[in-house]
Amino acid sequence: MSLATTEQHGAKAHSDGGWDDTSRVPVQTRSERFTSVDPAEFPAVTGLEVDWKLTPVAQLRDLIDGDLDGSGYDLAPQLAEGGTIEWIPRADPRVGSAGSPEDKASANAWSSFDTALAITITGDAPVALGFDRSGFGSAPKAAHTVITAEANSTGHIVLRSTGAANVVENVEIVVEDGAHLTVVSLQEWDDDAHHLASHFAQVGRDATLTHIVVTLGGRVVRVNPSLHLSGEGSDGAMYGLYFADAGQHLEQRVYLHHQAANTKGRVNYKGALQGAGARTVWVGDVLIGREASGTDSYEQNRNLVLSEGTRADSIPNLEIETGDILGAGHASATGRFDDEQLFYLQARGISEAEARRLVVIGFLAEIVQKIGDPALEEYLQGRIESELSGAGS
Amino acid sequence: MSVLEVKDLHVSVETEQGTKQILKGVDLTVKQGEIHAIMGPNGSGKSTLAYSIAGHPKYHVESGSVLLDGAEVLTMSVDERARAGIFLAMQYPVEIPGVRMTDFLRTAKTAIDGEAPAIRSWIKEVNEAMKSLRMDKSFGERNVNEGFSGGEKKRHEILQLELLKPKFAVLDETDSGLDVDALKIVSEGVNRAHEANDLGVLLITHYTRILRYIKPGFVHVFVDGRIAEEGGPELAERLENEGYDRFLAPSEVA
Repeated sequence: MSLATTEQHGAKAHSDGGWDDTSRVPVQTRSERFTSVDPAEFPAVTGLEVDWKLTPVAQLRDLIDGDLDGSGYDLAPQLAEGGTIEWIPRADPRVGSAGSPEDKASANAWSSFDTALAITITGDAPVALGFDRSGFGSAPKAAHTVITAEANSTGHIVLRSTGAANVVENVEIVVEDGAHLTVVSLQEWDDDAHHLASHFAQVGRDATLTHIVVTLGGRVVRVNPSLHLSGEGSDGAMYGLYFADAGQHLEQRVYLHHQAANTKGRVNYKGALQGAGARTVWVGDVLIGREASGTDSYEQNRNLVLSEGTRADSIPNLEIETGDILGAGHASATGRFDDEQLFYLQARGISEAEARRLVVIGFLAEIVQKIGDPALEEYLQGRIESELSGAGS
Repeated sequence: MSVLEVKDLHVSVETEQGTKQILKGVDLTVKQGEIHAIMGPNGSGKSTLAYSIAGHPKYHVESGSVLLDGAEVLTMSVDERARAGIFLAMQYPVEIPGVRMTDFLRTAKTAIDGEAPAIRSWIKEVNEAMKSLRMDKSFGERNVNEGFSGGEKKRHEILQLELLKPKFAVLDETDSGLDVDALKIVSEGVNRAHEANDLGVLLITHYTRILRYIKPGFVHVFVDGRIAEEGGPELAERLENEGYDRFLAPSEVA
C-alpha cells in the first residue's frame, strides 16, 4: 500500500522522504533482519547503521573487520557430574544449531574460530557448572561456545570472564524439549577490555531458559542475546544487570522472539551509571509471531543515574503479529535518585551515603535475586557495593 | 528532661506560582512526656510544621528556630535530627524496592544508637513489637513499604517509633485512612511508646477521632500558618462539636 501524498490544493506532492519507494524501506520486522556466517556478505560498518549507531565503532575496528585469532583459550571449569565439556571442531553439527550472525562482527568471529567450547547438560539430576574465562589476552580474538541442555535435563551454567580481552564471540544455547537451563554471563573484564558477544538461544517445547547478563567491568562491552521461544509452551526469562563507571560503554541489544503458541517471556534489565562518560545502551526487541497465540510477554528496562555526565539509551520495541495473545507490555524508565526515598531513610537516622547505598543495592537486588546461586548472589552484592564506592573497575 | 521548642518559625515552599509562605510565625514548646495535638483545617500548615522539624529539603525556613534541649535543630542534616531524638511518622511513607524490612530496621537502629544491637535480643524485640501491632512475621522479609496497604504502612511507622525510641515524635496524620480497628492498634502503639520512653508527642490531625485513644494534655488550633488558639483537652471537644468554622473567614466556609 502506498501512502504517498499526492499533489493537491496547489501544494507539491510530498516526497515522504522516498519511503514510498519499497526498495528503500528498511527491514521493519525483527525476524527479517539479514543473517550470514560470512562477514563479506555484510556491508562495511560505518557506525550509522541502526544496530551500530549507539556503539563506539571506531574503538572496535579490529574486532569488526580485522583478522582474529580463533584458537582455544584457558579455562578453569569447576567440574560436576552430569555434563560434558569439550573442544569441538567447526564441522561439528552442534555449531550453528541455535542461530546465525546478524552483524558483521559476529560473522567475523564465526568465520574465524578454530575450535568451539561445547558444554552439554545430560541426565535427570540438576547440574551446576561454573567457568572462569581469563586467558583471552589483548590480541584480537574470536571465540565460539555451544551450550546444549538435552531433553528433560536441568542445568545452571555461569560463564565468568575476567582479565584482559579484545574478543568477539558467539554463544549458542539450545534448550531441548522439557529441559530447564539457567545461563549467567558475567563480565568482569579489566578496565581496557573490548568484548562483543552475540548469544543465540532456542528454547524447545515446555522448556525454560533463564538468561542473565551481568556486566561490571570492561571498556566497551556489548552483549546481544537473541532468544527464540520455538517450542510450544516454552518459557524465556532474560535478565540483565549493569553498572557503568566513568568511561565505560556497556551495551545490550536484547531480542525475544515468541515463535510458538502459549509461550511466556519476561525481559528485565536494570542498570546504574556513575561517573563522567559512563554510558549504557539497552535496546529491547520483542516479536510475537503469527503462530504465537496465547503469548504472555513483558519487557522492561530501568536505569538509575547516580551522577552528572552519564548517558543511558533505552529503546523498547514491541511487534505483535497476532491478535490472540494473553498480554504484552513494555516499560522503560531512566531517572535520578528518588529524593523521597533518601529523605525517608535519613529521617530514620541513616546517613546520606548509607541511604544511597541501600537504595542502589535495593534497585539492583531484583536482578541479583534471579541468579539462583546464593554464593554468586552474595559475591555480586559485594561487587556492586565496591562499584558504588568507586573501588570497582 | 528534654524539651523541643519551636520559636517564631517562618517557612515557605517553591511552587509553580512562585514562593508561597506557609508558616507565618509558629511558637510551640513540647516537653518530654507531654502529648500535644495540633489540629486544623486542610492547608493550614500542619504537615509543613512536621516536615520542617524533620528537615525535608522541599521546605525553606525563612526565619525562626527549632531547639532541642537548646541545640539548634535547623542546622542539622535530616539524619542528624533523627539521631538527636526526633522522629517523624509520615502520612505517606515511600516504598523502597529491594530493601528488606529486617535490614532496614537493623540499619536504622544501628544508626540511631551508634552501635549494632545485640542480635538475639533485637530479633526478639522486633518480633514482640510486630506482634503487638498485629503485623505478621512475614513483614520482615518484605521490602520497605512495598505493596503495603495504607493501614500496614501506618503500623510500620509506629513499629519504627517503638523500636527506635526517640525523645520526640511528630505524627503526621497517622490516623488518616485507618478503620476503627487499625486506629486502635496504632494508637495503642503510640501510647506504649509514650509510657515506655517518656516520649514527647506532637500529634497532627484533622479529626478528633484519634483523640479518643490518644489523650493530649494540650491542644493547638492551627489556622493559616499560625496557632490561632490553645487550650487543654476541652478545646478538642469544642472542635468536635463546632468544627473549624469560627476560625475561618466567612468566604472560606463552604
